Amino acid sequence: MFCTILSGALYGVSAYPVGVEVDISQGLPGFSMVGSLGAEVRESRERVTVALKNAGFDLPPRHITVNLSPADKRKEGSAYDLPIAVGILEAMEYFPQGAAKDILFLGELGLDGEVKKVRGVLPIVREAAARGMKECIVPAVNASEGAVIPGIKVRGASNIREVFCFLTEEDARLREDILPAAKQPKGTDEPIWAGQYDFSEVNGQETARRAAEIAAAGFHNLLMVGPPGAGKSMIAKRMPGILPPLTLDECLEVTTVASVAGLLEEGQGLVTKRPFQNPHHTISQAALVGGGSNPRPGMISLAHRGVLFLDELPEFQRIALDALRQPLEERKVSIARTAGNVVYPSDFELVCAMNPCPCGYYPDRNRCHCTEAQIKKYMGKVSGPILDRIDLCVELHPVDVAGLQKGQKAESSDDIRKRVWKARELQNKRFRGSRYRFNADIEGADIDLYCALGRDEKECMEKIYKSLKLSARAYHRILKVARTIADLDGAKKISVEHLTEAAFYRPSLEYWI
Amino acid sequence: MQQQEEKREDEIRLIRLGEEGYPKRLANIPGPPKQLYWIGELPREEIPSVAVIGARDCSEYGRFVAKKLGETLGKNGIQVISGMARGIDGIAQEAALKAGGRSFAVLGSGVDVCYPQSNRPLYDRLKTCGGILSEYTPGTPAVGRLFPPRNRIVSGLADVLIVVEAREKSGTLITTDMALEQGKDVYVVPGRITDRLSDGCNRLIRMGAGVILNPEDFVRELLGVQTSGEDHAFAPELSAELAPVYAALDYAPQSVAKILTGLPAGYGERKLIAMLLQLCMEGIAVQVSPGHFCKKG
Repeated sequence: MFCTILSGALYGVSAYPVGVEVDISQGLPGFSMVGSLGAEVRESRERVTVALKNAGFDLPPRHITVNLSPADKRKEGSAYDLPIAVGILEAMEYFPQGAAKDILFLGELGLDGEVKKVRGVLPIVREAAARGMKECIVPAVNASEGAVIPGIKVRGASNIREVFCFLTEEDARLREDILPAAKQPKGTDEPIWAGQYDFSEVNGQETARRAAEIAAAGFHNLLMVGPPGAGKSMIAKRMPGILPPLTLDECLEVTTVASVAGLLEEGQGLVTKRPFQNPHHTISQAALVGGGSNPRPGMISLAHRGVLFLDELPEFQRIALDALRQPLEERKVSIARTAGNVVYPSDFELVCAMNPCPCGYYPDRNRCHCTEAQIKKYMGKVSGPILDRIDLCVELHPVDVAGLQKGQKAESSDDIRKRVWKARELQNKRFRGSRYRFNADIEGADIDLYCALGRDEKECMEKIYKSLKLSARAYHRILKVARTIADLDGAKKISVEHLTEAAFYRPSLEYWI
Repeated sequence: MQQQEEKREDEIRLIRLGEEGYPKRLANIPGPPKQLYWIGELPREEIPSVAVIGARDCSEYGRFVAKKLGETLGKNGIQVISGMARGIDGIAQEAALKAGGRSFAVLGSGVDVCYPQSNRPLYDRLKTCGGILSEYTPGTPAVGRLFPPRNRIVSGLADVLIVVEAREKSGTLITTDMALEQGKDVYVVPGRITDRLSDGCNRLIRMGAGVILNPEDFVRELLGVQTSGEDHAFAPELSAELAPVYAALDYAPQSVAKILTGLPAGYGERKLIAMLLQLCMEGIAVQVSPGHFCKKG
């Protein structure tokens, strides 16, 4: 007896269908599996046989053959347990032929028949829906994640017996009772910034707060330089709370990456908050940008559409930092493996923090005794190409006692958010129909189009360019930041004030001798 | 014959103590070097020479003063002696050359070894507009212990020693001790009592060293003549709004918040930033770090 069950596999953040073919025939009793299988897929043989036995199904002493097609693509993960088990049941005629037709199955089995969590449910369900499938059965834990996709019924099963009952039941209404289709999880009523840290807790640091606001409004990369304890991490942690909200498409992208990484919590549907990733500086290159023989998304992809905060930037391994160059430029990362190229999205806002020198007090020469060579060496750990991709650079100062004791509350995230969102709307209007989303994305010739200058402004830029000895790239960066500052002001045209403020925040290697 | 007379720019020459042409100033100090290698020329006996020395990691203030001093000395034809080190030494020598003067570097390595490498352009220019001297055989690498002994040659070749910036314990003060031992006049550039980089200078003042209030006056005193220089006073013409901002700046880097405290009310941080940038664009201020500004030296 032969049958085919539908399942799916991940490829980067996309998915492709996998057919699970099961054949039971006469011959020496045995169980063989083929189809370019990884170790965990091969182990599925033991899990499935024991799970079926414990769920009360007797396996006959016959020869079982399982093939996962397409046979030339390598299969990884434990999500094939459930389709294999269902295939065996159908081949043994435990339920009517064709009952499992047009249903996609995903799930790992426990030895007692429990259906366990798997990763990547969202992209696989989305692919199934795109191919016109109407129904799928996934682990109950992952059901709400799949339910995000419209047009396909996602049923969550917690045990193989439930799946069996569902497939044997012929009455469609009763079927619905056994495994109800998961409802799209209702978003909570609380605003997306609920539970975020608030900017009112940051004392002083007016310029740094302003830089953070500009960075958030235009999705610019930000570098904060300052002595320990000045509040660099505090400001970084408050960034996601003032960023403009995710659009529905962006939510899907963020949820997809989380799903592929297996980081979605039970019952969690769409991720609506902008991610914030804060890796420790000992992180390896593979963990940062993604990798592994069976590629998994790295921190930069988990921070997709959100903030990647690198504290103590010079302490990161040079090799890990340099790996950021391509993703920062292309906003996606491709990981090449013999089995093929995997592409993960990585459109994140880079926020980094560092001390100005090993002791932390440069350029206050009364306190800083670091030699020029030491400072140079420290700065040299951050490669030029990384600094080249940073739009805003700001210095923080030690907070003085007076500032702490005043007890005066600084401006809250609420007020900042209002301005940022307004600037976001202006950008939405400007970029409608183009490939850009934020001012920071503008590239090449389009800079002149979107950041047009008047005569006075052109003159001012010329002066800035000459006196500050800018590079062409720095020149364009100032224009983009000035555009964001103008948006925050609600101004149509970029003015001289916007340009000078943007020039103040320009990152430059020249500072550090 | 003619070829011999033609001077090769980077030819290393040697003179021994007691030979004709050995610098007289040097012969008179305790423990004069037994031999002296040099490239270029030796300091001339009939022209006054002044040594300018100071901290390697100097402040913007020190940089400014060293530059001014070198310039004034060079312009007036006074020979500037120093150690070609990073910071004050190199800055003063470079300014002297730029002003058309002559300068001599005494190295703590062989004369053919340029140390520090960052002063390579200066090293090359000194070959034609002055000289490079050393008591060590050519090829001797720059090693820390060789530097203090060379300091006695720096002060020995000079009539007057000027200290621009020095911490309480520093190599600069070793040179000063040697200069006093050799009976040379020592002048210092005063600093604020809160600046650690001026502690050494201020202590020397207390001990009775001469004080430099103005490079032009110093040269006038030294030469006993009216100098060619017009006044040094440096006040750019600025708008009524920018002038107080410039006045609030210092030669030592200050944070934006600090500058703001020195200004009358009405200057917000955002506005101040724009004005500081304008001063930078005019070329009279420098943004030394993302948040620190100072007057341009």
